[in-house]
Amino acid sequence: MDRRRGGLVIFITMLIGVLLTIMPIPEWARPFRPSWYILVLIYWVMALPQRVGVASAWFLGIAMDVVSGTLLGQHAIGLSLVGYVVHQTHLRMRLFPLWQQSLMILPLLLLERAIGFWGMGITHQPLPYFDYWLAPFVAILFWPWVFILMRDVRRRFVS
Amino acid sequence: MTQGIVMAMPGPAGAGVHISCRGCLAIKPIFQQGPSPTARLVLAFVASAVLMAVDHRYDHLRVVRSTFATLLYPLQWLADSPIALAEWASETLASRRELLWENAHLASENLKLNAQQQKLLALEAENMRLRGLLGTSFKVGERVLIAELMAVDLAPYRQQVLVDKGSRSGVYVGQAVLDADAVIGQVVEVTPFTATVLMITDAAHALPVRNHRTGLRTIAVGTGKIRRLALPYLPNNTDFQVGDLLVTSGMGRHFPAGYPVARVVSVERRPGAPFSAVIAEPIARLDRIMEVLLVWSLDPSERDGPAALLEGEGGPADGQGEEGEGDG
Repeated sequence: MDRRRGGLVIFITMLIGVLLTIMPIPEWARPFRPSWYILVLIYWVMALPQRVGVASAWFLGIAMDVVSGTLLGQHAIGLSLVGYVVHQTHLRMRLFPLWQQSLMILPLLLLERAIGFWGMGITHQPLPYFDYWLAPFVAILFWPWVFILMRDVRRRFVS
Repeated sequence: MTQGIVMAMPGPAGAGVHISCRGCLAIKPIFQQGPSPTARLVLAFVASAVLMAVDHRYDHLRVVRSTFATLLYPLQWLADSPIALAEWASETLASRRELLWENAHLASENLKLNAQQQKLLALEAENMRLRGLLGTSFKVGERVLIAELMAVDLAPYRQQVLVDKGSRSGVYVGQAVLDADAVIGQVVEVTPFTATVLMITDAAHALPVRNHRTGLRTIAVGTGKIRRLALPYLPNNTDFQVGDLLVTSGMGRHFPAGYPVARVVSVERRPGAPFSAVIAEPIARLDRIMEVLLVWSLDPSERDGPAALLEGEGGPADGQGEEGEGDG
């Protein structure tokens, strides 16, 4: 019972992450928008690695592909790798203070972008401009707050 | 390997596990059953790669994608709702004076348009008669449906928009999309309630056009920038001038012929290169459209197939308050 409720909360937070990522914002701010859904995913994998892992990451990626109109699998492939790396290193990541965690997350976010870029290149889609790479740097500034918020959510609803 | 290291770590790592699960009953069966994370990752990679390849090369995934998209429609609706609410509020709270002014304005515009329409009808009849004399077949009949843009950000480096009419209203993939002034793009994906429109300026989009002044046909290719179309296949000696109007030529069979597309803004003849660099600016204000027109050409021979035709004609009959405009 409790477990199912927790699952629902995890699902909803991920949906909120996707929602924030497709929400309309002013044109100038679009390149800077963090990929909220990745931050949410990283948090859950780190906090509950036995429940959220590669498979959830993959499904989240597919959902993202569908709502943002990219090729099926383009977000999923990068996201499952992020899920994997966090899953394998979650014990170490938990030890660091938040700002160091942010720095650890940066290469992960950049990796996800790089894989997306590679996917676009290999399927001969038009390649994005330089501002494609800016979002991860903005995202890590938000990480501590995302972490604190999500921790409160987890303590309150999940475990 | 990493797992081994983690296990070897004494105090803090153990504490981490303890925090992660209250009763460690939950953790044991999961680590024992099922594939390891590495195996899962490999599986996810293979699945993604296969999906991408299939989605890129073939059409088979259209149904899967549209099913998922329908499931996720509430999410897109939610993302759109703040803007929709704000619009609704500003409409509802509009002052009486504004409404009266707008009404008067629209009435006078309607009068003007009606006058033009009369002239147009006469011209159209004459055109058809002349074409009949020449023995060429030409259909001008079209039906349109008004759709509103949903405020949802799709992939930011593609020029796509989401509109609020889908296959339930008879929208089909490949359908031409216009606004009041000019061509916007074409439908690339349909779900029951929404359709994704690829705009003419997307770097993966090209459409056949005709120079209105000279009648020369060519291809207008999107550049990925919203105010720019490139015409890459024009030899240096072509008669193209700044200010020339480009209209659809109807050659690609997706777009009805004769709609304005863009105006040429720069012509650079490069003696060393085989083609000159011609840049055009779309006439439709692609970055500030709110409503679009979905067009059905009513000539069956120009349609993809009979199924699409039936689907298209069933559109306005289901009475969702859209405009179904018949032809003459």
